[in-house]
Amino acid sequence: MWRVGRVTSSNVYCMNSDHQAQSATSDAIVQLTGVNKHYGSLHVLNNINLSVTKGEVVVILGPSGSGKSTLCRAINRLETIDEGTIKIDGQTLPSEGKALAKLRADVGMVFQSFNLFAHKSILENVTLGPIRVKGMKKVAAKDLAMQLLDRVGVANQADKLPAQLSGGQQQRVAIARALAMKPKVMLFDEPTSALDPEMINEVLDTMVGLAKEGMTMLVVTHEMGFARKAADRVIFMADGQIVEQATPEEFFTNPQSDRAKDFLGKLITNH
Amino acid sequence: MENYLSIFTEYNIPGAFWVNIQLTFWAAIGALVLGTVLALLRISPVASFRAIGSSYVNLVRNTPLTIIILFAVLALYGQLGFTLGGDFQANFFRLSVLGLAVYHAAFVCEAIRSGVNTVPLGQAEAARAIGLGFMPAARLIILPQAFRGAIVPLGNTLIALIKNSTVAAVGSVATESSSVMKSMIEFRADIVIPIFLTFAIGFVIIVIPVGLVTTWLSKKLAVAR
Repeated sequence: MWRVGRVTSSNVYCMNSDHQAQSATSDAIVQLTGVNKHYGSLHVLNNINLSVTKGEVVVILGPSGSGKSTLCRAINRLETIDEGTIKIDGQTLPSEGKALAKLRADVGMVFQSFNLFAHKSILENVTLGPIRVKGMKKVAAKDLAMQLLDRVGVANQADKLPAQLSGGQQQRVAIARALAMKPKVMLFDEPTSALDPEMINEVLDTMVGLAKEGMTMLVVTHEMGFARKAADRVIFMADGQIVEQATPEEFFTNPQSDRAKDFLGKLITNH
Repeated sequence: MENYLSIFTEYNIPGAFWVNIQLTFWAAIGALVLGTVLALLRISPVASFRAIGSSYVNLVRNTPLTIIILFAVLALYGQLGFTLGGDFQANFFRLSVLGLAVYHAAFVCEAIRSGVNTVPLGQAEAARAIGLGFMPAARLIILPQAFRGAIVPLGNTLIALIKNSTVAAVGSVATESSSVMKSMIEFRADIVIPIFLTFAIGFVIIVIPVGLVTTWLSKKLAVAR
C-alpha cells in the first residue's frame, strides 16, 4: 500500500512524456531521451523517452516484437541505439571501452535464458564479478555470495554446476549474481519466459522480495500478476513506441489506448 | 628377417621418431600460443584486429608448409642471416619449429574459433553485463569454454602437426625420421618395402593414441548446458 501512495504523490504518470521527463530528472537512475533504433526498415525503438526513479519498479508490457526487450537490452548497451541518449544515474552511457564496462557493473541484468557461466560453479558464478570487476577479496566475495545465495534459496547448491540446477534455481542464481555487484538498477528481460510453469513463482517471489526492499527495477515480462503485485508503474509498448503508462491499477482496469485494450482483451480470453 | 633387423642397429630409428616428437612438442606450444592470439584477434570487437587475424589465417593456411620451412631455412637464415642460436643443427631445428608453429597456428586459430562458436552468445552478454571488458570476458568466460569445445579439432591439428613434422627434412633437420628413411632407402634397396612400413607403422602408433585421448578428453571436459 505504501508503494501506491508514494507513486501517486510523485505524479509521473502523465501521458505527456516531456512533463514526465522533467519531473523525474532529479533522482532518475535510468533516463532515456529521444531513443531511436532501426533494424533495417523496422523502427524497433521509436522516440523513447523514459525515466526510472530510485526505488521505482517499472514493468514493461506489450505484444511480441513491440521492442520491449530491445529497450531493456539497450539500457546496458547490449543493443546499440541509432539516436538519443541513455543515462545511468546521471552519466551518459559510453559507447565502448572501460567506461562502458564500469557503468555496466552498476546495472544488474537478468536474462530470459539465465546465461549462468556454464563452466563455473554456482558460487563462482556469483563471486566472479565482485572479485574480477570490483577487486573484492576472495573470502569477502564468498561471504557475500553465500549470503545472496541463501537469500534466493539456493545456498545448498553452491558447489554444483549450473546445468545441475532446475531452471527456476538457475534464474535465482542469476539474480544473486546480479545483486552481488550491488547494482543501482536491475534489468529483467523476460526472466520467467523460459521457465516451466511450476518454477515461475519461485522466481517471481524473489523479484517481489527485491521490489519490497526498494531495489530500482525495470522488468520486461508477460506476468500480469507480478505487474499488479509489485509494479509502481506499467509501461505498455507497441510497434517500438511507448503507447501508454499508468499505475497497474489504472492500466488493468481502465486502459486508454485501443492497442492496450486489445492486448488486455486477448490476455483475458486466453486465461 | 635378419637382413631387416640389421637396419635397427645401423640406424637410430627410435631416435629419428624422437626428433619428430620434439619438433611436434615445441611447434605445438608455439602454434597454440600464436593461434590463441590470432583467435582473439579474429573475435575482437575492433575491425582492424579482425582484419589482421583473418589475413594471417588466409595467407598462411593456404601456403604449403614446405614453402614456409624452406623460406625459414634458406631465406631467413641462408640469405638474411637470421638465426635462432645454437649450433648448425640446433639452428635448423629451431627454424623448422618456427615454420611449423607459424603454419599450424592458422589451423589452431580456426579450431579455437570453431570452439568459440560452441559458446552461446548469452555467455558473452552475461560477462559484459557484470562489467567485464573484452579481454577479461575472453579469458575467464569465453576461451575456457571454447577450448573445451575445440578439443577434437585441436587434436586433429596436432595429428596433422605430428605428420607434418617430417617436412623439417627440407629444413635440413637430418636426424628426423623422413631424412633417416631417405638415406636408408638409398643404401638398402633390398628392403624398401619393410623400411616404408617401419616408418608408416611407427607414425600410426604415435598418432592413434592422440586421437583416442582427444576423443576421451572432449567427452570428459564437455561443458554441460
